[in-house]
Amino acid sequence: MPQSAEHVLDHFDLFRGPEYQQMLANKKKMFENPRDPAEVERVREWAKTPEYREKNFAREALTVNPAKACQPLGAVFAAVGFEQTIPFVHGSQGCVAYYRSHLSRHFKEPSSCVSSSMTEDAAVFGGLNNMIDGLANTYNMYKPKMIAVSTTCMAEVIGDDLNAFIKTSKEKGSVPAEYDVPFAHTPAFVGSHVTGYDNALKGIIEHFWDGKAGTTAKLERTANDKINFIGGFDGYTVGNMREVKRIFGLMGIDYTILADNSEVFDTPTDGEFRMYDGGTTLEEAADAINAKATISMQEYCTEKTLPLIAAHGQEVAAFNHPIGVSATDKFLMTLSRITGKPIPEELARERGRLVDAVADSSAHIHGKKFAIYGDPDLCLGLAGFLLELGAEPTHVLATNGSKAWAAKVQELFDSSPFGQNCHVYPGKDLWHMRSLLFTEPVDFLIGNTYGKYLERDTGTPLIRIGFPIFDRHHHHRYPVWGYQGGLNVLVWILDRIFESIDATTNVPAKSDYSFDIIR
Amino acid sequence: MSVSPTLSVAEIKDRNKALIEEVLKVYPEKTAKRRAKHLNVHQEGKPDCGVKSNIKSIPGVMTIRGCAYAGSKGVVWGPIKDMIHISHGPVGCGQYSWAARRNYYIGTTGIDTFVTMQFTSDFQEKDIVFGGDKKLAKIMDEIQELFPLNNGITVQSECPIGLIGDDIEAVSKAKSKEYDGKTIVPVRCEGFRGVSQSLGHHIANDAIRDWVFDKIAPDAAPRFEPTPYDVAIIGDYNIGGDAWSSRILLEEMGLRVIAQWSGDGSLAELEATPKAKLNVLHCYRSMNYISRHMEEKYGIPWCEYNFFGPSKIAESLRKIASYFDDKIKEGAEQVIAKYQPLMDAVIAKYRPRLEGKTVMLFVGGLRPRHVIGAYEDLGMEVVGTGYEFGHNDDYQRTAQHYVKDGTLIYDDVTGYEFEKFVEKIQPDLVGSGIKEKYVFQKMGVPFRQMHSWDYSGPYHGYDGFAIFARDMDMAINSPVWKMTKAPWKTEELPLLQAAE
Repeated sequence: MPQSAEHVLDHFDLFRGPEYQQMLANKKKMFENPRDPAEVERVREWAKTPEYREKNFAREALTVNPAKACQPLGAVFAAVGFEQTIPFVHGSQGCVAYYRSHLSRHFKEPSSCVSSSMTEDAAVFGGLNNMIDGLANTYNMYKPKMIAVSTTCMAEVIGDDLNAFIKTSKEKGSVPAEYDVPFAHTPAFVGSHVTGYDNALKGIIEHFWDGKAGTTAKLERTANDKINFIGGFDGYTVGNMREVKRIFGLMGIDYTILADNSEVFDTPTDGEFRMYDGGTTLEEAADAINAKATISMQEYCTEKTLPLIAAHGQEVAAFNHPIGVSATDKFLMTLSRITGKPIPEELARERGRLVDAVADSSAHIHGKKFAIYGDPDLCLGLAGFLLELGAEPTHVLATNGSKAWAAKVQELFDSSPFGQNCHVYPGKDLWHMRSLLFTEPVDFLIGNTYGKYLERDTGTPLIRIGFPIFDRHHHHRYPVWGYQGGLNVLVWILDRIFESIDATTNVPAKSDYSFDIIR
Repeated sequence: MSVSPTLSVAEIKDRNKALIEEVLKVYPEKTAKRRAKHLNVHQEGKPDCGVKSNIKSIPGVMTIRGCAYAGSKGVVWGPIKDMIHISHGPVGCGQYSWAARRNYYIGTTGIDTFVTMQFTSDFQEKDIVFGGDKKLAKIMDEIQELFPLNNGITVQSECPIGLIGDDIEAVSKAKSKEYDGKTIVPVRCEGFRGVSQSLGHHIANDAIRDWVFDKIAPDAAPRFEPTPYDVAIIGDYNIGGDAWSSRILLEEMGLRVIAQWSGDGSLAELEATPKAKLNVLHCYRSMNYISRHMEEKYGIPWCEYNFFGPSKIAESLRKIASYFDDKIKEGAEQVIAKYQPLMDAVIAKYRPRLEGKTVMLFVGGLRPRHVIGAYEDLGMEVVGTGYEFGHNDDYQRTAQHYVKDGTLIYDDVTGYEFEKFVEKIQPDLVGSGIKEKYVFQKMGVPFRQMHSWDYSGPYHGYDGFAIFARDMDMAINSPVWKMTKAPWKTEELPLLQAAE
């Protein structure tokens, strides 16, 4: 018996003992009707070949291990960035359980969101009654300042009309007539979570700026000197938002962050559960119409939001999850140009420190090949940083990347000698990536937690950057934006490189000569 | 921290009743009326817990429940390791449930085993408009080409499938024929069906009946020689290895486990189960349907058991043994005796640290009742419990065998209710899911996830109980809970409050 009270063995060690190993081997042999091990080995090897890759890339219908989620997740992520706002997702309730779990597993934080809990009868008759009851319940129970409505695919397929339903609910007294219930249709069968973020944010801005669904006068813009800032769907929102606020503070910029969820996803443990914390106030959301300009850190998270804002007379500028020296330079210089505020010396020194760190370490990165997957903007940001480190982002893949995105990545490759042998893969999944890693191996892989399966299968060391990160803790509290953020990303990459070097040079009397104390 | 040990049962009942009254005040009248039926204070001697269950969740209240797809793909089918389970519809459902449930297995993932993979038809607008059947057929072809060692395919329907009128049964039949009778199982587990995960379990059970059992040729030779001691483990999802730490005990007592449903299970094991002499059923809620079916059709008796904590394990081993001859009965006694010293040592180590601590649970399946005995073995007391998707037969079992007089019962609890109950009762531990974990930890209340075992486990069996005990101690007696209040922020003195 391997178990003991003194040294309690859990799943890590318990099942490796002979009792369990014997039991499992017996189970397999006797009852699982297992495949011939030689056949398993043959297929395992075959799945590494160019021939398999060709078949794999010829797939037209099946998606395997995609790196994207569906629209309402992004809508929920955006909605909780407003003060005391609860996301209300109209449709089946299981979806909401999934979004909440998903966000909680990444941030290690509560994630509050309600559903209109539609079932079979609502599928037949529509979900109006669910909306009427649901809004009334949410309003009374959780006392939100705003309820931001989005939809699951069920409500979209049956064609529920949010605008009409919310109007009717207000007439029935679910919430007061003047109460803020912005909405966005967020069908899961269009785009991905970044699309949902875009739709939800656009819905909220439209609500405040364009007359609250016809219930008030549209706002007239009186330009001021403020800057609106949009982070996009970002797993590092907690660290990034704080870093951006610090930068704005250093530059003396008066700003409004739209959808600032950095507080609600980072509340303290001090005896009180804060269902709501921080966030863009509703007054700020309305007043944002008067800003001089709006900056989006993620172009592909704001493809509809930015044109809406631009149509109200503001300058808009979009970045692609800027990471590293030149991307941050561009971000700061754009801020400076728009606001007329100079970039302070302190930021110049931070820049110099990041350049210093890159100079100190680049020999370990230069020429290394990387595969990257993730959301479209993050891929661009990471690829740009790798290029300036002298590394090659050999495979860049976004399941939710469009052709336009791919063209932009190609443009980035073309801008650098290190991008000459790099390729972009829009709309592909992690099973495609697996073939790429086998047939055109790289030194390191950058991606979210699910990359660990690729690391296991192909032996490519994984650097965890992206969303979701479920199996490492607290990285979301660190910024990846700004020069400080660039330093974090540099350190994460370097740590993995050094770990990998040590792990492959630690055999005494074989490879110990490279097991250096100083690197 | 606990307040309950100082109160009499009558006082606890009064407090709990008052608490229920209080939480109901927040609701609009219609909702308060409906929610009142789901909340109760257990009265000793009653046949059930006195709450309504398995009815629709109320819109907008923040139910913790999931959907039928979660019950089928996430619970019943997903762990069958040598089949490929297609999340059929938009990308999200499969993405959020991808490898999230810790159904442990052995196999070469991607080659002959597929549990921790996400296969989806990733529906686009055109699939909604024109239907997805052609795409589904093509997906099956592509699976056959790229994953030739799969032993079968299931189609796990997401919401749109039932709404757009797709005929996944026809596609499955046609493809099964094309691939020489390959097992291809269409499952109608669209998320809008039913009121929770529960209907998804039922639908998934029925799909096994219709598309696995009914396809077995009656004259097919068994893959192994039957013995009088063949049993199947039903309703153990091998979370953190639970089914393994259960199986080892059954084998040690002399039984032969011919199938695991469905943790670390395979299609061959499903197909072999009608040859079992007894089905032993852990999660009654999710797999009683197929157990009843096998009883009716194949005459296989089934027996519920509970492998949480030494008291219930011993009781269960004896109960299971009672279906067999003296050899097995003696085997059960030997197993109990073998592990007794380990259990004594675990209890000696942990009970002094946990004695008298109170627990509130809100979980799914069998756990709102099944884990109570394990806590009691450690000297702890469950003061509140409820089912995410239980039915009345669950509440009957709970009332008749598990909970104490005065226990607070909350069915399909809402976020608001649970938070208020915990805030007022101040238990020493809350056991619930990931969505609840951080809420209560922020409040300074120790917490363990009782779906995923908080990434620990197994918790089943004797080996599992040692881990369970360690984890509960780790949660409750972590030094972190002494640090939640900043030392310079002292509590107001009661005297000052009284003076106001």
